[in-house]
Amino acid sequence: MHQHLGLPPFNGFVSEWLTFQTALQATSLDSGVLRAVIPIAAAVLALTGALAAACFVKVYGIAFLGRPRSRRVRRTREASRGMILAQALLALFCLLAGVLPTFVVAALGRVSQGITDHGLPSAMAEGWLWLTPISAETASYGAPLVLLGILLALGAWAIVYRFMRPRGHATLTRGETWDCGFGSPTARMQYTASAFAQPIRRIFSPVWRLHETVEREPRPGLPQDAKQIRHQLHAEDITWGWIYTPITRLLHAAARRVGRIQTGHLRHYLAYSFLTLILLLWVIT
Amino acid sequence: MNAWLLTLAQTVTFVLLAPLFSAWVKRVKCWAQNRRSPSLLQPYRDLQKLFGKEALLAHNASPLFRIAPYIIAGATLMAAAVVPLLAVNLPTAAIADVIVLAGFFALARFFLALAGMDVGTAFGGMGSSREMTLSALAEPAMLMAVFTLAMVANSTNLSTVIGHILADGLVLRPSLLFALLSLVLVAVAETGRIPVDNPSTHLELTMIHEAMILEYSGRHLALMEWAAQLKLLIYGVLIANIFFPWGIATQPEGTSLLIAAAAIVGKLMVLGVALALGESVLAKMRLFRVPAFLTLALTLALIGLLSHIILEVA
Repeated sequence: MHQHLGLPPFNGFVSEWLTFQTALQATSLDSGVLRAVIPIAAAVLALTGALAAACFVKVYGIAFLGRPRSRRVRRTREASRGMILAQALLALFCLLAGVLPTFVVAALGRVSQGITDHGLPSAMAEGWLWLTPISAETASYGAPLVLLGILLALGAWAIVYRFMRPRGHATLTRGETWDCGFGSPTARMQYTASAFAQPIRRIFSPVWRLHETVEREPRPGLPQDAKQIRHQLHAEDITWGWIYTPITRLLHAAARRVGRIQTGHLRHYLAYSFLTLILLLWVIT
Repeated sequence: MNAWLLTLAQTVTFVLLAPLFSAWVKRVKCWAQNRRSPSLLQPYRDLQKLFGKEALLAHNASPLFRIAPYIIAGATLMAAAVVPLLAVNLPTAAIADVIVLAGFFALARFFLALAGMDVGTAFGGMGSSREMTLSALAEPAMLMAVFTLAMVANSTNLSTVIGHILADGLVLRPSLLFALLSLVLVAVAETGRIPVDNPSTHLELTMIHEAMILEYSGRHLALMEWAAQLKLLIYGVLIANIFFPWGIATQPEGTSLLIAAAAIVGKLMVLGVALALGESVLAKMRLFRVPAFLTLALTLALIGLLSHIILEVA
């Protein structure tokens, strides 16, 4: 999950950081338009990153946290050790790529050397601890030290706790969920995925075409009170209609034209092969 | 080695100062509203009380719920270690620049939002949903303001940025002015102050931060509160030391450090007064007005960026 997110000390953050550093060098470009547009594009990348974070909080929070939302979910068991190990291995690689970005960049430098004849010499100029895309004065990121710092910070809080913890009685008790004293909440009171995304949906509503329907079935005799509420939501992407639909329509039209030569008769196909062969022979000679 | 010791001392000062700054803001707010204020040591007493209590966990709280306070406090502590409080050119400034600083805040926020959803209460989910929504707007605004700074100084390293502004002297740059305004708005939103969120209410349907930490108690709550106070102080120091860096120590010596300490205390007191007066004058906004507030921050940052590119580069 972390590889999609720009969170230190994982690999996604290093990519984001390097992209931002590139964007900040836009002032050295000649074109005034590009100088202005590239940093704004970087800010849009930041928006994307923040929305991705919201998305993954939603995915993880709804799928793995909270109370079981259905009877079937309540009976789930942990996956086998091999499956967990496989995921953990991938996560470990994400962490390694994020903590030791200089080696990854050095490996990528060979690719850029091959394609453009320019390597990435300054990236590792200060040693493997420091990622310095341009120079140490401009920007540097010590990813291993960030990880070390986070571990030290956790240790510091542990020390604070050790000195201040209560003595003589239990330090941790399990109890009912408090929820502001409204009594024990049920699983249906939790936020759902649609509820979680509702503010984002509302703020960015011009970007989507939303089809939202709420059907209330009133309780007989009590019209204010709903016996059952059915909520349906379908978010349609506007760009789909603008970009993809015309392309597919064009492709379909072209395919229909081409499809005319596909008659289904074997002799026609043999004729096509024969004609192609002659054409190729003619081209070669 | 000396520099590292100084960094450690600075970070410890930072952490110890955070509750005091909150207390100062509260005191000025009380004065502005004709109330008697609690002692400046009250937040420390509250923290001590919370650390001394047992932590009460819901039956269905997962391990993430217990780890989250430590990760949040740890990430915020790292952010504090990076920001120059008394002196520039300390070694931590090279480890993490201002973009990484934003990354630390994002890391803390991610786990805070997950922790809010863990127990499965309606309040927690509501807080997480709102926090992630608002941060989706606040983060681009913050980064855009930061980009303006970085382009002015041609560096994202906080020490270099401060050094550049110190070397520039008293020049009114329109780009920095707009970046400052934008960063102030972002700071208000990110630290959950009025008019975006109200830090002193419980059980208000508009609350964001409080809703997420509602289920915490004991030492976990203490860490959460301390991290929130630290975040407020970090934003205060960022604004004070980047845009008004005069007084900060460029050399790690005794006298200049003392001057720096006096300077930062003075700057923070002024900032605290401004924040408290702002909170007393303004009313809390409706949640769906907040995007307009953050769009204003984004627009100001954009104007700052463009004015740097158009007016100052050429």
